Amino acid sequence: MGTITDAHVPFITPQFRFQWEEVQNCHVILYPEGMVKLSASAGEILRRCDGLRNVGAIITDLEQQFPGADLGPDVRKFLEDAHAHGWIRTR
Amino acid sequence: MPMAGSAPADSPVIKPPLWLLAELTYACPLQCPYCSNPMEIAGYKNELDTADWMRVLQQARKMGATQLGFSGGEPLVRRDLEQLIAEARRLGFYTNLITSGLGMDEKRISAFKEAGLDHIQVSFQASTGELNNYIAGTDSFEHKKEMARQVKKQGYPMVLCFVLHRKNEDQIRDILELAVALEADYVELATTQYYGWAYHNREQLLPTRAQLAHAEAVAKEYQEKMKGRMKIYYVIPDYFETRPKRCMDGWGSVFLTVAPDGTALPCHAARQLPGIEFPSVRDHDVAWIWNESPAFNRFRGLDWMKEPCRSCPEKEKDLGGCRCQAFMLTGDAANADPVCDKSPLHHLVTDEVERVQQLAGKKEFEAKPLVFRNMANSKRLTEAAN
Ligand code: SF4
Ligand code: SF4
Repeated sequence: MGTITDAHVPFITPQFRFQWEEVQNCHVILYPEGMVKLSASAGEILRRCDGLRNVGAIITDLEQQFPGADLGPDVRKFLEDAHAHGWIRTR
Repeated sequence: MPMAGSAPADSPVIKPPLWLLAELTYACPLQCPYCSNPMEIAGYKNELDTADWMRVLQQARKMGATQLGFSGGEPLVRRDLEQLIAEARRLGFYTNLITSGLGMDEKRISAFKEAGLDHIQVSFQASTGELNNYIAGTDSFEHKKEMARQVKKQGYPMVLCFVLHRKNEDQIRDILELAVALEADYVELATTQYYGWAYHNREQLLPTRAQLAHAEAVAKEYQEKMKGRMKIYYVIPDYFETRPKRCMDGWGSVFLTVAPDGTALPCHAARQLPGIEFPSVRDHDVAWIWNESPAFNRFRGLDWMKEPCRSCPEKEKDLGGCRCQAFMLTGDAANADPVCDKSPLHHLVTDEVERVQQLAGKKEFEAKPLVFRNMANSKRLTEAAN
């Protein structure tokens, strides 16, 4: 769909809660009466959706921390899914 | 609760509870005849105090519970609700308030927000004031609508809950229109489950097959129409099915309910099961209750099963259904839930459904009064039963 570009600044939608769960050992998304457990990579991406940096900066940051791969396409794809679920919004 | 990713089946370790349902009080200004609270509500007077609840919240959160539901009765009756919400937020719970809307106003809704409440679920009894107020036993419709508007206005995600039964099932379209008008984010079309008061009123609440077919079609229509804007949950009532529901996602597997007097239960209806001593949070910590107590281990896993469940290839899927329903209908909580058509007692369900099909709409049958859920009726009926 290409709704997410590198210039977009994503942030967690206020009606959802994103947090680390010690017992589950993963990040989760919480919403009315439900919870989604996130994979490690999904958690790393959403952790950076702080409403301050844009998608391009998030990808650069991730590639620095996890070198050796072109993460751009996967990150954009995940953010589009997260957007479709309503977990994030962009400005 | 929808979950992405799941743990391996029959792992021997006991997984921690994910949900804490805190039934703060049995007091309620409404009198819904489908209420799933026990008939004996008048007999439970000794409510937990604020410090008890704080301790329960802390212990459950430490074990890993993430979802917290404040319910009842009507949780708004508790004057310490703001305090409990604040503690829940501090601990990192996602906090759901499950309410009739009576007992709050604009100011209290904003106080809850400040304390850290995440979500409010408001229940309605019907789509018109007349029927709503009749079923609720209280003049409450206008106030509920006003509260729903406030919930939205103050930025909460909003779930509207409608309990469906024969008296309001035909209003389904108007009910969904009301939800659209109030801009609900989620709508729960919760078919009555026959526990507590609902079981007592069962023959007046059971819908007809024609009503159900209509309700399901309309719910589907709105699910399509409102896609992406409003999520509509509609569950086919289990009395009309041939397989039971996977009750509470398994005994002692996801849900921990704490009743107003501190009794810990694997589900809100379990208290009626004979021969099980349910532990109290006054005497034990939550970890012991969940992991060690005989009550929470009684129907955990699959080993307790009898035939036909024991040798059934589907046992991992539905876990034999609901223990309370098995007890209420067959007299033995370890039997297959008789909703299952493999149960030799399945006819106990189908006979009742059939009987009501025949009688529904007949004047004398429909004239039989509903028994409303209130303390006076509770006293009267509990004494009559003893
Ligand atoms: S179902 Fe009705 S009577 Fe029962 S607790 Fe809820 S609002 Fe009160
Ligand atoms: S026999 Fe028991 S386990 Fe098998 S489908 Fe029926 S209720 Fe489920």
